[in-house]
Amino acid sequence: MTTLDLQKIGLRKVNKTLQSTTTTAGEKFTVVNPMGGHAIACGLQSDIEVTIDGHAGFYCGGMNKNACITVHGHAGVGLAENMMSGTVRVTGNASQAAGATAHGGLLIIEGDASSRCGISMKGVDIVVGGSVGHMSGFMAQAGNLVICGDAGDALGDSIYEANIYVAGAVETLGSDCEEKPMDSSHVDALTELLNRAGIKVDVQKFKRYGSARTLYNFHPDNAGNY
Amino acid sequence: MCGIVGLYLKNEQLRPKLGSLFQPMLSEMKSRGPDSAGVAIYRDPVNGSQTKYSLAHDNVKFDWQKLGTTLASDCQCNASINQIDTHAILIADAQEPHVRTWLKQHHKGVRLVGSGSSVEIFKEVGLPDDVYSRFELEAASGTHMIGHTRMATESAVTTAGSHPFATGADLCLVHNGSLSNHNRLREQLEKAGLEFQTENDTEVAAAYMTHKIREGATLREALEQALIDLDGFYTFCVGTETGFAVLRDPIACKHAVLAETDDWVAMATEYRAIATLPGSDAANIWEPKPQTIYAWGELT
Repeated sequence: MTTLDLQKIGLRKVNKTLQSTTTTAGEKFTVVNPMGGHAIACGLQSDIEVTIDGHAGFYCGGMNKNACITVHGHAGVGLAENMMSGTVRVTGNASQAAGATAHGGLLIIEGDASSRCGISMKGVDIVVGGSVGHMSGFMAQAGNLVICGDAGDALGDSIYEANIYVAGAVETLGSDCEEKPMDSSHVDALTELLNRAGIKVDVQKFKRYGSARTLYNFHPDNAGNY
Repeated sequence: MCGIVGLYLKNEQLRPKLGSLFQPMLSEMKSRGPDSAGVAIYRDPVNGSQTKYSLAHDNVKFDWQKLGTTLASDCQCNASINQIDTHAILIADAQEPHVRTWLKQHHKGVRLVGSGSSVEIFKEVGLPDDVYSRFELEAASGTHMIGHTRMATESAVTTAGSHPFATGADLCLVHNGSLSNHNRLREQLEKAGLEFQTENDTEVAAAYMTHKIREGATLREALEQALIDLDGFYTFCVGTETGFAVLRDPIACKHAVLAETDDWVAMATEYRAIATLPGSDAANIWEPKPQTIYAWGELT
């Protein structure tokens, strides 16, 4: 296991080490003294395990591919932004736009996520152990957003596709987002996601939300609005 | 951009270290605002008959002692004045409106940047670290401070356009964001008799709150009304005599984080500004919700 002290060696050296192509599969790294620094463990491409020991700042784990990143603390804005694959886990809370535009992989936030969680998500699976803030799942295109607590205002606004599962209360649904039936395939998928995330919540508590698909095409009745 | 920070020390034993605890908070936000910086520090409250004024002048060689002596003579009051770089702290036992009128009549180049019983406001153009040391704040003791690092978007980079802006006795405002209806609002407030020194949007927000409070609103009511009347993006931190308050607009895209321990309460645009405080790792840390007032101390 390699320990990287962010305050001693700086962000560039930390990320250069983690991005190195000479790492071996499963190799372990720990980043200490993150002190809320930005862009920690960004652009990783190898199958390595990275632990961040403390609170991370903005854009932690961005563009991740293959790596398994765990933040023991909270994470700032844009956690796992544009993640392609691998896993990012935060044991605390995440700030705004967690998992934004992410294409793949699994993002687990054990605490709460703030507003715009999963904004424009393109295939990532996101599991939030707590609640999410307003405008979560905004313009979501593909993937699964699992919310074990409550959802804030305008959930799934302008959603294209993607499944949103919520166990708690939804403050309001956004434009073109509606409740959908939960069939056995959804129950199975949700069960598997919760198992992978290691979060225990009764699957029967969840409701599924998705796109009503009324915004896909221009509607001539709306012409007067333009 | 811009960065804002606030720190209230609950633990009295930490209060002699207020300036040194706050310095790295402000410094950490320099990348968000390298143009100018400013702070409000709450310390050394004056007695009931006195008012403390924070004054500023562009000329660092301005004769503040002469101003103090003349004011005492003209207004028949006791006045003491202490220069700190381009600013000076005046303590006088005259009626505040008399002092304000006197300053306006006799010293057009002097800006009154704050007043009250304990608040002192210092702000200047330059890097936050430089501004902080110019005003000898590292060794300062006190109960609480709020601060701002500026990356100007709405108006010129000037000392007068720097934050904090006073909003009443012992009240001042720092702002991260931009208001979109400040020109219209400025016209309305000018008609109501308020005066402006800059074209800055935050000065309008501060004048708006000053106006509401003068009309009889509590600070809480003024902030609630601001949610309706101010259009734009904002995270506000308002310094008060006994603490500070935080408010975000309904969209809440301007960052903010709050943290609390048994010893202190802190707010910042980003957590990294809080990370240097003792015990920050184990603090209760959360993100303030949109259009919700968070306050420590009285909002009267």
